[in-house]
Order: sequence, then C-alpha cells, then structure tokens
Amino acid sequence: MAISEKMLDEILNKYPAKVKRNRKKHILVKDLGQDQQEIEANTRTIPGVITNRGCAFAGCKGVVLGPLKDMVHIVHGPIGCAYYSWLTRRNKAKTDDPKKNFLAYCVSTDMQESDIVFGGEKKLARMIDEVVEVFKPNAITISATCPVGLIGDDIQGVARAARDKHGLNITAYNCEGYKGVSQSAGHHIANNNLMEHIIGQGDLEEPPGRYTINILGEYNIGGDSWEVERVLSEIGYEIQVVMTGNGSYEKLKNAHVAQLNLVQCHRSINYIADMLETRYGTPWLKVNFIGIRGISESLRNMARYFGDEALIQRTEEVIERELAEIEPQLEPYRKICAGKTAFCFVGGSRGHHYQGLYEELGITTVLAGYEFAHRDDYEGREVLPHVKTDADSKNIPDLHVTPDERRYRLKIPVERMDELKKEIPLSNYNGMIEEMMEGSIVVDDLNHYETEEFIRILKPDIFSSGIKDKYIPQKMGIPTKQLHNYDYSGPYAGFRGAVNFARDVAMGFATPTWNFIEPPWKSKPLLEGTIEPCSTNKCAEEVGA
Amino acid sequence: MLDCTPKELIERTGGMINPAKTCQPIGAMYAALGIHNCMPHSHGSQGCCAYHRSHLTRHFREPVMATTSSFTEGASVFGGGGNLKTAIKNVFAIYNPDVMAVHTTCLSETIGDDVPTIIKSAEVPEGKLVIHANTPSYQGSHITGFSNMVKGMVTYLARATAEDKKEQVNIIPGFVNPGDMREIKRLADSMGIKFIMFPDTSGVLDSPMTGKFHMFPAGGARVDDIRDAGNSKLTLALGYYASSDAAHLLERNCQVPAVTLKTPIGIKATDELLMLLRGKFVREIPYELEEERGQLVDVMTDCHHHFYGKKVAIFGDPDIIIGLTEFVLSLGMRPVHVLTGTPGATLGGPKGILEKEIKAMLAASGLEGRVKAAGDLFELHQWIKNEPVDLLMGNTYGKYIARAEDIPFVRVGFPVMDRSTHPYMPIVGYRGALRLVEMISSALLDRQDRDAADEDLELVM
Repeated sequence: MAISEKMLDEILNKYPAKVKRNRKKHILVKDLGQDQQEIEANTRTIPGVITNRGCAFAGCKGVVLGPLKDMVHIVHGPIGCAYYSWLTRRNKAKTDDPKKNFLAYCVSTDMQESDIVFGGEKKLARMIDEVVEVFKPNAITISATCPVGLIGDDIQGVARAARDKHGLNITAYNCEGYKGVSQSAGHHIANNNLMEHIIGQGDLEEPPGRYTINILGEYNIGGDSWEVERVLSEIGYEIQVVMTGNGSYEKLKNAHVAQLNLVQCHRSINYIADMLETRYGTPWLKVNFIGIRGISESLRNMARYFGDEALIQRTEEVIERELAEIEPQLEPYRKICAGKTAFCFVGGSRGHHYQGLYEELGITTVLAGYEFAHRDDYEGREVLPHVKTDADSKNIPDLHVTPDERRYRLKIPVERMDELKKEIPLSNYNGMIEEMMEGSIVVDDLNHYETEEFIRILKPDIFSSGIKDKYIPQKMGIPTKQLHNYDYSGPYAGFRGAVNFARDVAMGFATPTWNFIEPPWKSKPLLEGTIEPCSTNKCAEEVGA
Repeated sequence: MLDCTPKELIERTGGMINPAKTCQPIGAMYAALGIHNCMPHSHGSQGCCAYHRSHLTRHFREPVMATTSSFTEGASVFGGGGNLKTAIKNVFAIYNPDVMAVHTTCLSETIGDDVPTIIKSAEVPEGKLVIHANTPSYQGSHITGFSNMVKGMVTYLARATAEDKKEQVNIIPGFVNPGDMREIKRLADSMGIKFIMFPDTSGVLDSPMTGKFHMFPAGGARVDDIRDAGNSKLTLALGYYASSDAAHLLERNCQVPAVTLKTPIGIKATDELLMLLRGKFVREIPYELEEERGQLVDVMTDCHHHFYGKKVAIFGDPDIIIGLTEFVLSLGMRPVHVLTGTPGATLGGPKGILEKEIKAMLAASGLEGRVKAAGDLFELHQWIKNEPVDLLMGNTYGKYIARAEDIPFVRVGFPVMDRSTHPYMPIVGYRGALRLVEMISSALLDRQDRDAADEDLELVM
C-alpha cells in the first residue's frame, strides 16, 4: 500500500505542532517525478521522542576506534560508557600473537565524585602507566565521556605527556557524548585524529602488492571483512589495512601506501577517504559488498580502476565461480522469501546496502532510513555544497590536510580519472534514494511512534533494525532482523555472506513458533453442543415462559 | 582468550579493567520500568538512554521503552532545563504514560541541573505525574541507581493517609529478574499475606507474545499501591544494597517499620524471609512451602557428593553474591573468591561491611577466602590464576574467564545476554534454590563427563 501525503499528515498530526513541523522534513515518499528530493538529516533529535540514536562517544570509541585490536582503548569517564561499548558490537579480530589482541578488555578510569570535583587527569595518567605496564600495547587511545569536557580535563595534554614518557603512540579523542547530534559526530572526531596522528606515521614507502588497497568503513561485524578479503585476495588484491574491522595500529600507520581506497560505510569514514586523496593522491571508490549485485559490481569497478586485462579477467572468473557455488544454495531460501516486503532502517550505510540483497531474495524494501546519516548519504554527494551547517555540526572542526610533499602521487592520470568518474563511483557516492522504488518511504531517524504507524499501514513482512526496536515488531508477530549486529550470526557480506543472510531471513519467516501465538481456546467456544429441534411450546415451557 | 592477563597482581589505582558493575542510570531505568504505565526518562545525552535500553534489551529480550533529553553541546553549557521541559511535553503528548520517571546522568549532574525545579515549571498534564531520582554515574553503581529510583518512588508517591497501619507488607525486591519477583510474590501469596511490591517488573519485562505490542504492558506496580505503601505495617527490603535505603526513607516519611533481609537466595535466606513474615503476620507456613523446602533439602542431600568441597569463584551484584555465597556454603562448597564491582556500602553508609559480612559467613564454615567490593574482573581472573577454582558463577562476562581457565560456569545475575530464559526463572525461594542446584550440578557433571576417559564415563552419577 502506498502512502499518500494525506496519510502522512494524519500520522504526524498526533505530534505537538513543533514536533510535526520538524519530523515532516525527515520523511519523504520517493517520487520519480521530482528531480531532487530533499530530506532533512543530521539535525537535533527532539527531546522526549523515542529515538534509536546514540552519542558521539559511541560513534568514536564504539564504532571507529574500538575494532583496532592491537591498541588498548582507555575510556576516561564514569564506568558506564566503557561498560556498554565492551564487546557488544561484534567486531571480530584475530592476531597472530594472542598477546596483541585487546578487544576482550574494557578499560575505564571509572571516575568518582572526587575526580569530577578535583579533576581526573592524574587518574588517567595512572591508568595509562598501568596499561603500559600490564599490556604493552602497540598504541593507546583515550576517549572522553560527557563529564570530561565539562570539568575541563586536558586529555590531549595527558596524552602528550604519556607519549613522551612511554615512547608510544597515545592519542586522545574529545568525543564527549553531547557533541553533535548523534554517533556521526564521533565518527568525524575519530577520523580527524586517526588522520592527524596515526595514518602516515609508518615508514613503508611502497605498496606491498601489485594492487594494494585499503578497505574503509568495514568493521568486520560477524566476520564480514574476512569474507570480503577472501574474495579480494583470490582475485589478487593486497589489503594493506581495513578501517577498522580486524584493523591494527601497525597496519593503519602505513595506510598511505595503498593505490586505491574502498569505502564501504560512507558515513563513518568518508572524511578519511577524502583526506587520503588530498594528502596522498589516492582516490576512493564507493563499494557495496552486501548482496550479489553489490559485490559483483564493486569487484568489476575495482578492476576497471586498475585497468589491467588480466585482473579484469580474473575478476570475472572469481565472480562466476562464486555464483556457481552460491546460486543453488540460495534457491530454497528464495522460495520462502519471494513476494515479501521489508523495512530497512539501519545506521548510516546498511539502510541502503541491504536493499539490494533483499531484492535478490525477492523481498521489496518499502521503507528505509538511516539513524545518523547526513543528506549526502540519502541524496548523493552532489548536495554537499548545499548542506547548511548549523551550530552542532560547526562544533566538530574539519581537519584541513595538504598534499604530502614526499608521498603525494597521482595514482592514475587526471584524464583517466575524469573518464572513470563518469562510469564508476570514484570518489563519489550517489546515496540511497536514487536506488529506491517509486512510492517507497524514506525516513531519517525513524522513531518509535513512526515505526508503529508505518507498520500499521504498510504491514511489512520483516523489520530490520537494531536491538532497541527488535522486539517491538516481534511482539506484533512480525519477524525481525538486526542489521547492526546480525542477531549474533554472519558474515552477511560477500557471496557466501548472502547465503547466510538468506538462511537467517528465511528462518525468521519459517520458524513454527509463529503458529502458536493464538492459544487454541481463543477460537473455540467453551461449551460445545447442538441445538435440538423441538416444538415451540415445549421449549417455551422449559425456559419457564 | 584473555591472554594478556598476567598471573602476577600489581596494585592498580587508575580505574577498572573489565568491570563488574555499571553506572547508576541503568538501575534507575530498570526500577522505573517496574511502575505500571511509566515512561523512564534519561536526562542526559541520548547515548546514555541508547546504551541502557540496548543493554536491558539484550538481557530481557523484550522491548525496553524509555526517552531521553537528548542534550546537545548548547544544553550542556546553558543547562538542560529547556530540553527536559520539551521532553515532558512530548512524552505525555505522544506516548501518554501515567508517570514519567526522570533520572539524571553524569552530564546533567556535573552541570548541576536542578531537576525538581525544572519539573515544577514544566507543563505536566492534569492527573499525570513526573517523579525523579538523582543518579550520578560517578557514584556507586547500577545498584545504587536502582536504590535511588526506588527512593524517588517513596518520596513522590508513598503517603501515610490511614489512621492505622494496614495488615499489609511492602516488599522491595531489589535488582532481580521478573521471575524472581513473581516467586517472591507467590511466597507471600501462599502465606495469605497482602503485599505491595514495588518496583515490580514482572508482566513488563517478561510479557507474553500475543501478536500485539503494548508500550506499557500489563505488569508493574500500580501508582495507587505505591501511594498506599505509606499505610502498610511493615516494609521488607530484600537486599541491603538495592532496597534498604528506600525502606528506611519510607520509615522516616510514613512511619512504616523497615526490616532488611538478604535477597532470598538459598535455603537459609528463604527460611529467614518466611520466618519473618510468619512472625509479623502470625501466619503458619503452608504445607505447600514446607513440602518445597523438604524437596530442596532432599535433593541437596541426594547430590551432596556433586558439590562438597568444590572451590567456587562468585561475582556479581552485592545482594546476589551474598545470597549465592551463603547458598553454596549450605551445599558444602568452598567459595574462595567473591567479588563485586559495586562499592561495599550504600551511599553514605558504613564502609567495608560487604567484605565483613561475607568473610563472617566463610569464617562460620571454617573457611577463608578473597572477598572484595569495588573490584574488577581482571583482578578476579588473576585471583583464579593464583588459586584455581572448580566453578565460576556470575553474569555473562564471566564466560571469557571460564574459557581462558577452562572452568565450568554457571550464569547468574545481571546481565545474562548469551543464554535465554533467565529473566523468567527464579533463583530465589526454595524453587529458585532447586534451580541453582540443577545449574551447578549440571555444570560440574557436564565437565566431569567431558573429561572422563571412555572407561570412566558413568551412566549414573
């Protein structure tokens, strides 16, 4: 069922006037008749509205820094923020030396009232000393939580002093939760610092392989990155570093040697992608490793960028072989999924990426959105010059990088780059809306009330989102699929990942448990009997008439 | 697994590594969910609310509804009054709860927002309530936050309006699962005693699948009942750390005598609970409960050889580890390491009493052990490396230590995020103790079976 403007208005009428005005701008119905549909995004959440959004700390430490495995990530603040971002995101990592993998450790300065009153810098310095003594990590990060900025602890100063004292790369991130309007601010803060203090610090000058790439914005949730790397390695790519899933300080500091940067999650890492291009002349390619068409097109685009016939040939061979392996496996799941509809509301890229995979299973996405994306993730980067900056976005400074005099190199000639840009998403992202169907709904920062209303009207067969809203549609009898953490399954990326996803989604539809929701006594009367025919008079006597 | 944890202990003062506690606001949110038709509200950055909802949802596998003031940098500088007022207006307009239960965060506490004053100047619709609790994350733990929100319920709601106290008991169950709350209510019910339990998350965080979503499920303590708690003749605080402060506040405000008992985990603590109710309300213990007790003792004796002399490490929230320690001692086990991340005192209460209480229990059984409040799991792991144990008991985070050291592991407490059904199944009362016996013996015997040589595998154990 399509949603008309009138229906949309009826939904929003429940809101107080100010809320209605605000939310209206965050919702649109895809209309091919319009040239460029504008959506409001990356603006403040309205207090009191049940949002799925988190904070800058979650975006910085939780998303971007957390997966870097050979670093100890110290959280400076009261205990909660470190605790909740401890092992909950499923960014997997493996190291050759088990003593250099710190992901199972949660390190917090556990600030107490006296630290709030008298300052927590000394305690932080002690924690750094203890971490160095106990763990001997390759590097350390320090992430600030809300009170740190408010009481004025100088974490940059503490980090500098500790860097001198221990001769280690120790970086500090002012990602207090109140900054910006969502996790997005934290991504930006992390991007800036990684670029300023880590990337390029290594002394590698030449790429280690013939086709050396970095994968940006891939966090190895459920092992996604490993599945993608398997395919890339078979084609012949050398992966310098993944940012940041299963990533390491040791690899990250030499990220400058890559000849191409792939961008999977545009929202969380586009800043680094841009800065790498400015500083080292390395272009980035927007890829989508989710779904069969997604990964196939991405692989073909990569091969075109390098322009080597053998590589193009090899790419086709691998795609063909992988398809031959997975297509028969997908068939039974497609039978279960065909003709169904989905909501796809995820963070900053999956709301887009999973639509293709759903389609390949025969599932139509009727509503999609992002929790913390910006307008360019919806409308494409061409809107960037027109995006208004507000007080919240201005508080996160842009890092201005300049070409590295020694290392800047054009990876391909300018003319060829211009040609390629017309054909493949090179240093460009066209956003989610472009690929959506006429009449489908796009909602930014979908909140609880709207979730219920859109479910009521559109009756999706599956609802994909995160842990906070998972059990709401499920209570209504609608299968759900967490697309932040994959319901503890995965990998979902790449060819084999598509099969895992298909299996899990089909399982959600097919589980016999749905059949038991209505107890048998609800549809059966308590007393059963038949009405005996009798003469009118006799019946009247019996009832005492 | 946890390969970077060395055996050698060093003194650390920089904070926590692998904490055994979390922050106050999540406890306050959990307590607030135990009021019927209540919207918990987090006055801070929206990340706090997101983290708490996520974590509670992981444990309960249920919708956890809560709102936030969504602070920005501006609000953090100029105060969050505007945000809270907007939130109050929107929450009642959009979600229409009867009560909104506001708790603070380290952010709003650090900038010093005066929440009661903000609430007074907010637009609260006629007949609706806004209550609050101060829950600075830099004090205590999630248990303190739970306690503070229950105090908030007492302050805002409970009133002594009747001339004579009523023949009814208030029960503050502590930070336990809905399944535990149901079991405690069953015990009181079967003794025929009228009670008011608050908070009560049963029927809220263990709600049934019906094909319909209810933002405010059927369960939870009724506001009218919490009001009437001021008229009860007794308040039972189950668990000193999570419940006693609120009970004493109620005593001061409404002259309802407060008695603090252990969380009724195990046979002794359950006996104490029933004996107290028996004495105060002059009711005989029904045969139903006596039979359950007898069955428990029967099984404990049948299987004493599974447990006797086995070394245990226990970690978790203070009230839970006290109960568990006492119970494993009743089974003849030896709790050699006992640890909580929560400070071993209520706010402003005497220090060191948790360690003292548990050490006294050990001493009464002729044992010594390491006992620590405000500790962390990194240290517990080091203790285990230095003195190995046969069993580890604690929340999900313990699985990493259990794997690293190859120790049988029983999941108990909050949170349990890697196994289902825990919130439904009690560990309190005689029935709960029987379940603990089953869990402990299964863990120990599964290990014995796994490690047995073919010729030693036992059919009957």
